[in-house]
Amino acid sequence: MIFSLANLYIVAGLVLAVVAALTAADRHHPRRVGSALFWGFYALVFLVGNLLPPAWIGGGVIAMAVLAGLRQVVSGPHALPTVVEYADRARRLGNKLFLPALAIPVVAVVVTLTAKQASIAGLAWLDKGNPTLAAVGVASIVAFVLACALTRETPAQGLREARRLVDAMGWALVLPQMLAMLGLVFSDAGVGKAVAWVATHYIAMDIRFVAVAVYVLGMALFTIIMGNGFAAFPVMTGGVGVPVLVGAFHANPAAMAAIGMFSGYCGTLLTPMAANFNIVPAALLELPDKNAVIRAQWPTAVSILVANVFLLYFLLPSP
Amino acid sequence: MAPDISLWPLIGVAVIIAGFLLRFNPMLVVVGAAIVTACAAGFGVVQTLTAIGTGFLKTRNLTLALILPLATIGLLERHGLRQHAQAWIQRFRQATVGQLLIVYLAVRELTAAVGLTSLGGHVQMVRPLIAPMVEGTAEARHGALPERIRFKLRAMAAATDNVGLFFGEDIFVAFGAIVLITTFLHEAGITVEPLHVALWGIPTAVVAFVVHAFRLWRLDRTLAHEIALANDDGAAP
Repeated sequence: MIFSLANLYIVAGLVLAVVAALTAADRHHPRRVGSALFWGFYALVFLVGNLLPPAWIGGGVIAMAVLAGLRQVVSGPHALPTVVEYADRARRLGNKLFLPALAIPVVAVVVTLTAKQASIAGLAWLDKGNPTLAAVGVASIVAFVLACALTRETPAQGLREARRLVDAMGWALVLPQMLAMLGLVFSDAGVGKAVAWVATHYIAMDIRFVAVAVYVLGMALFTIIMGNGFAAFPVMTGGVGVPVLVGAFHANPAAMAAIGMFSGYCGTLLTPMAANFNIVPAALLELPDKNAVIRAQWPTAVSILVANVFLLYFLLPSP
Repeated sequence: MAPDISLWPLIGVAVIIAGFLLRFNPMLVVVGAAIVTACAAGFGVVQTLTAIGTGFLKTRNLTLALILPLATIGLLERHGLRQHAQAWIQRFRQATVGQLLIVYLAVRELTAAVGLTSLGGHVQMVRPLIAPMVEGTAEARHGALPERIRFKLRAMAAATDNVGLFFGEDIFVAFGAIVLITTFLHEAGITVEPLHVALWGIPTAVVAFVVHAFRLWRLDRTLAHEIALANDDGAAP
């Protein structure tokens, strides 16, 4: 496979390696060693992660967290164009600037829709396991070539700009992966089973409305803790949904599952644990409050949750 | 009644909640919670490190979509993409922030509902295009924006992308969530059609659109007032 995830990991690893190297060579960087080590190890995880013993990676991950915790991972100095320069350049290229930017989503969609079956010389060229992500990879590379041609910049300048954006996000870029790792450790350790046991043993599940509320709000709450509705679904549906709502109150399983999963998504809107949706954008948009996106979302999420409780309650067949 | 399973790993959940409430660095909190949870479950040192390393390695795909578009977006920003997006949207003098974001919400939710989840995203769309357009629209109507309002509008742009994506993608039949649901229910002895699960997602998807669109419509009504308020705060000694 040409655009397999494994190959795209190498591309991402090379970008991160350049970020680390530029940081290490930056004499004016306030935390040169710590930041270079952080990005350097992260580059290694992408480049040769499969070849290293997992326990070593575990040790490195702890070291990365300590570097971030000790404020050793910060942005280097970046000389930005002035307001006037920006306005001049924007006028020069005008609407053409939109082309490479829109090429990323458009090419990704076209590739997803057309290339699943296509192959080059008998080789499938898009990762079958995750075609959407592989398509975003293809689209990013196409858009990069377009952007270099349009702006007449070298790919090296593109990598310097990538470093500027990596610096703008800082360690928040790595947080989604950290949290997903924690989710896997939680499930290895049996946290889900323990939560389900507590939920089902201390609450009066024989009252219809209470049972519905426990399922819907439990999906949200468990998602808030785990950062992921997919982790909450088996726990709450196995603990409450199937035995109580379907077993005792004869709920429609398809409706219960759909509404339950959406309730989990409301939890995703409310939690810093869902870092790639909530914390990364706050960093990316340079907001001083890391929870600003959650603050913007909570009224929507809570309203939908309340609607879900009543929706599922009224969908139960009358006794 | 005594539980037949260990409740000790719940300490890891307590560490997470305490760590976030006390505002420690999230990276440290997460790694701390992972170590505590693993120890509570009786893992040894090597087993704990292995669990952390394996988990970190398996989830690289999450960061991939964040890293790959950066060089392109960075180059375009260097050549004024954000400034141009802001200037471009100001041609539509009648447009409001609420209308712009409602249109984006509708497009994002509908395209996600037919499986086109890559039409959007915080790196590719919100930072370079949507947020500058929202700021540009607000400036055209209300003049220079106080910092606080500028940040609030950016956060709302990101929130709108999330709401559209989440409540659109779950009514797409081939989406992972629906596969997970049908597989899980099948193992529990219940057979459901993926299409039925998708259809039963529609009422919530509609509620999500109506609620969020209403909030965006309200934002238009209150924005002028909030800007005046923020300016007063700024002017106060």
